[in-house]
Amino acid sequence: MRQDQHNNYKIRGTGRDKLLTVIVIVFLVAFTIVTLYPVVNTVVLSFNDGIDAVRGKIYLWPRKFSMKNYKTVLAMQNIWVGARITVARTVLATLTSLFANALLAFVVSRKRFLFKSGLSLFWVITMYVNGGMIPIFLLYKNLGLTGTFHVYWIPGMISAFNMLVMRTYMEGIPESLEESAQLDGAGYWTIFSRIISPLCKPMYATVALFIAVWQWNSWFDAMLYNRMKTEYTTLQYELMKLLSSVMQQSGSAENAKNGAATITPVTIRAATTVVTMLPIVCLYPFLQRYFVTGLTIGGVKE
Amino acid sequence: MARVKTQEKKKNAISLKEMKRQWFLMTVSFFMVAYGIVFYYWPLTGWLMAFENFKPKKGILGSKFVGLDKFKFLFEDAVFIKVIRNTFAMGFINLVTTTIMAVLFAIILNEVRRAWIKKPIQTISYLPHFLSWIVVTGILHDSLSASGIVNDLLMKFGFIDQAINFFAFPKYFWGIVAFAQCWKETGWNAIIYLAAITAIDPNLYEAASIDGADRLQKIRYITLPGIKPTFMILLLMNVGNVLNAGFEVQYLLGNGLVQSVSQTIDIYVLKWGISQNDYSLGTAAGLFKSAVSILLIVVANAISRKYGEERLF
Repeated sequence: MRQDQHNNYKIRGTGRDKLLTVIVIVFLVAFTIVTLYPVVNTVVLSFNDGIDAVRGKIYLWPRKFSMKNYKTVLAMQNIWVGARITVARTVLATLTSLFANALLAFVVSRKRFLFKSGLSLFWVITMYVNGGMIPIFLLYKNLGLTGTFHVYWIPGMISAFNMLVMRTYMEGIPESLEESAQLDGAGYWTIFSRIISPLCKPMYATVALFIAVWQWNSWFDAMLYNRMKTEYTTLQYELMKLLSSVMQQSGSAENAKNGAATITPVTIRAATTVVTMLPIVCLYPFLQRYFVTGLTIGGVKE
Repeated sequence: MARVKTQEKKKNAISLKEMKRQWFLMTVSFFMVAYGIVFYYWPLTGWLMAFENFKPKKGILGSKFVGLDKFKFLFEDAVFIKVIRNTFAMGFINLVTTTIMAVLFAIILNEVRRAWIKKPIQTISYLPHFLSWIVVTGILHDSLSASGIVNDLLMKFGFIDQAINFFAFPKYFWGIVAFAQCWKETGWNAIIYLAAITAIDPNLYEAASIDGADRLQKIRYITLPGIKPTFMILLLMNVGNVLNAGFEVQYLLGNGLVQSVSQTIDIYVLKWGISQNDYSLGTAAGLFKSAVSILLIVVANAISRKYGEERLF
């Protein structure tokens, strides 16, 4: 159907249609270049010699190829600590959070459950009302979560948004499946683990991706709760420390020109950036169809 | 019909047997509520700190009650007034620009017929969403630096003679933040709009073609009205988030020279609450933000209800 209607354009192309075609092409070319260039340029810089790069004017290919930046980055102790913690928190939080959200979504999507709407409301409220930074900070402190690894995965385990996405999906599964299992004597745990969960795999993949990306890219919690604990630093926080020294420079009247020697070379920063973004950039194209469907279910029908 | 039936069934069928069967659901609910109370509801009691001179040693119940003193201090602080302005201005600019970009991108991408062009562009458009704000602000900072690509291009085409230090002038800051938001989220935000466009009945386009409509007219009279409900509901959801959209970018890109336009409520809370240890003042500023956010949602919802549009609750 779609195809037919598009073919009509070709035959009937009026002047205005041709103008639209030109606009579409120009917009998309510009969009693609603006999106890709900064990322490509960062990768290119990371392979360029550090001293040579100070002269600038490196665009799409390294001028003086060098692997030294990566050697330097990979020799940094804190990068390795950060990488270990980041991987650990991403894996642990994705598993626990996915399980907890799925279980909660399962419970609130059981049509015959007595407290179904009450429990739902209890969680939806948390989306709109929260204590704010200071009360939450004090709570974590009182619970002894600050200064530990657990602050990365325990507090955010359940999120009302993810729960709603999952609930919507589970509500679309026919109730008859549950009923027939119950006739066979299955309890709710069996229904959850053997019947509902296998049907939810694509949606689990979506939510797992959301959680994993969020975990991988977090830096603020490392700064706020574990600033003094270098053994619990994360990759993003280490990158932030490298970058913020540079950003403060451009805020001083004399900019980076003469300060270049004292700050981290741009090529080292580029190499660190590439290291932190590599896993996600390599992975996301393969998960595309999951997050597209997941976002569509959760967003439109909220 | 079906719904009424299940409700009836629910009312009648809460027998002891059914309760027994639901023990698993009840147990899970119990733990979920306990978790929610600890991590989401208990911090709300911290709001009391905004009305007292909170000392960690004395606790919330033992600290001295000072009424609205902290709020008085806030609204007499010229910095906080600027902070409110910055938060609203950037939240509003970001909401408008990101929405326009997402709709524009979705409509334009939908005009592309060939999948081998469309698919790669779409994949590329998601890329920035998966980068952290640390990475994005770092890249942006390098692009806009004295020897960055933007200055290179501007000088090459003769717009300027000397490199501009974009981060040293307050007048550029809001624009840079809005650009950063658009750069990061346009492709991602467009997903929902593209889905909405796909859901439009193809017969409408066909009928319009027969009536002699060109592509621009079809966009105007079919595509745009078709995505309006999605547009409204997303707008509603985002209005409540306007004040939340102001932390990471501003914190990471801000510096001493532009702080009069870069500081937002969250940064103010961080500065007073965490760095200066004035928990009460930080909480008061945070409470103000939460109250305004809720107010915005309720107002947006009411307006939308009045005009018969989609609504959240």
